[in-house]
Amino acid sequence: MTDPTTLAEKIIARAAGRARVEPGEIVTARVDLAMMHDSGGPRRVAPILKRLGAPIWDPSRVALVIDHYLPADNPESIGIVELARAYGKAEGLANVFDGEGICHVVVPSRGLLKPGMFAVGGDSHSPTGGAWGAFMFGVGATEMAGVLATGEIWVEVPETIRIELTGRLSPGVSAKDVMLMLCARLGMGGGRFQAVEYGGSAVTALSQQERMTLSNMTAELGGQTGLVVPDATTAAALAAAGADPGDWTRWTSDPGAKLLEHHVFDAAALAPQVAAPHSPANSRPVTETEGTRIDTAYVGACTGAKLVDMRMAAEILKGRRVASGTRLLLAPASKQDQAAAEAEGTLGVLLAAGAEMLPNACGICAGYGSARFAEGEVAISTTARNFRGRMGADSSEVHLASPYTVAASAVTGRITDPRPFLEGTRP
Amino acid sequence: MSGRAWVLGDDVDTDALAPGRYMRLPIGELARHCLEGIAPDFAGAVRPGDVVVGGENFGIGSSREQAAEALRHLGVVAVVARSFAGIFRRNAINLGLPTLVCADAGLIRAGERIEVDLEGGRLVLPDRAAVVAFRPLPAVLLELLADGGLVPHLEKRFAARAKEYAPR
Repeated sequence: MTDPTTLAEKIIARAAGRARVEPGEIVTARVDLAMMHDSGGPRRVAPILKRLGAPIWDPSRVALVIDHYLPADNPESIGIVELARAYGKAEGLANVFDGEGICHVVVPSRGLLKPGMFAVGGDSHSPTGGAWGAFMFGVGATEMAGVLATGEIWVEVPETIRIELTGRLSPGVSAKDVMLMLCARLGMGGGRFQAVEYGGSAVTALSQQERMTLSNMTAELGGQTGLVVPDATTAAALAAAGADPGDWTRWTSDPGAKLLEHHVFDAAALAPQVAAPHSPANSRPVTETEGTRIDTAYVGACTGAKLVDMRMAAEILKGRRVASGTRLLLAPASKQDQAAAEAEGTLGVLLAAGAEMLPNACGICAGYGSARFAEGEVAISTTARNFRGRMGADSSEVHLASPYTVAASAVTGRITDPRPFLEGTRP
Repeated sequence: MSGRAWVLGDDVDTDALAPGRYMRLPIGELARHCLEGIAPDFAGAVRPGDVVVGGENFGIGSSREQAAEALRHLGVVAVVARSFAGIFRRNAINLGLPTLVCADAGLIRAGERIEVDLEGGRLVLPDRAAVVAFRPLPAVLLELLADGGLVPHLEKRFAARAKEYAPR
């Protein structure tokens, strides 16, 4: 009987061609999938690869997603996007997604991420892949170029921090609220660039896309990756994405595996959270910040505009209108999610409530586009981070919350607890 | 070579180092806005050889490499902090900018002279004849830094193969 090991250790050991690895060890691992986008991708990796004289090690293992500089409505953006398109063609990349939506949502929706994979992404929210049982983490462009040239990367084997959520989340409370609470409780460095693993009955009960929100905001928690051990929900989502789940049951953490930290939270006790400007760590229960006037409510980004996020917003907005003098902006995270929302009527509810549509791209969340927040603008947003100036002017103020809370705030023009709307105690 | 210490606080984020709205600009122009939100005089007054000193969690935020590249472009020779965000730490080392984990970073005073002894694992503060230790870097990273970062390091590795694959 070998010592129990964590999921992160199992994946890295497999990718490093080792029987087992120990936390703190630096090993060289083979990369199963490298994902990059137009901002940190071709325009920055191509010159490095040229300088090295190296071809891409395996174009079938590279995904290129054009999601940052869209819509390309100025000369710089046009140049960046055209360079990315040309690069994808010239290099014969197997997976190029142009205007399909945000990489963290698009890539797994095409069945490209599977349990047990060791993957890198040229974007800080790459831990999102952990929701699929893959060890996925963010790297910069130089490091991405190294991966593209060699198919390898050095990695320090992380310890595992287990976050256990017992019970069930209450109505009107979502994965986003869990992550905002964790950012406040553990701090933005709380993840310590280790593997964060989410489990417990409240996580098991979450949909695949809600799990992606947990993994996604592991970036704000400072973790290297955010894992959810694959289960029947993962397998069903993989099948829906057209992927063969393979033997996913082996990708699990053994009982008794050594953990760096083990935090247990009662999911049922969690209230909707709002992070005040300018940090996700400034999160408090919505009841403490209710009433703050807002100009804009934003449902967008990989963190907060997937199909499940739009459904949450629609639950609140059904039969209601956005407050006069307040605008609700909606940028669905992918074309596929938008089409599904349209087909089932969710999108119609949002538009009837007065939502203005923006392209399926990173948009305001990444500081791009004409809808960026103006001087002094106060916003509440489903996105992941509210650092000063990230989403617009330095003097703009961004609060972070779940799609429920953002939608409820859009209805009143003030930061608002969504629960009374759902309970029917508020018209 | 000694430089001056630029002492910043905790949680210096990548939007402070490389603001998103300037990301489309070449690094030379982007660097002029480095830290403008929290240290407006930094980009104009920093000199080659200077050292940036942070608290906890330096470099939290996005994976944008320009955050580290802007510092290097301005001549910063090392970043010292009590702790770093993981991606920033990897990016900086890969660009040849050492990130030094130092429990006593808080002892370094703003504006004092500072020298980095990378191999020795210590920071020398000549104004007061003091020395502060940092966590030594493993040999593999020292070699990478000595080569000037990941790209020159890989160039060595690909030197032979470069003849085989002519640049396209």
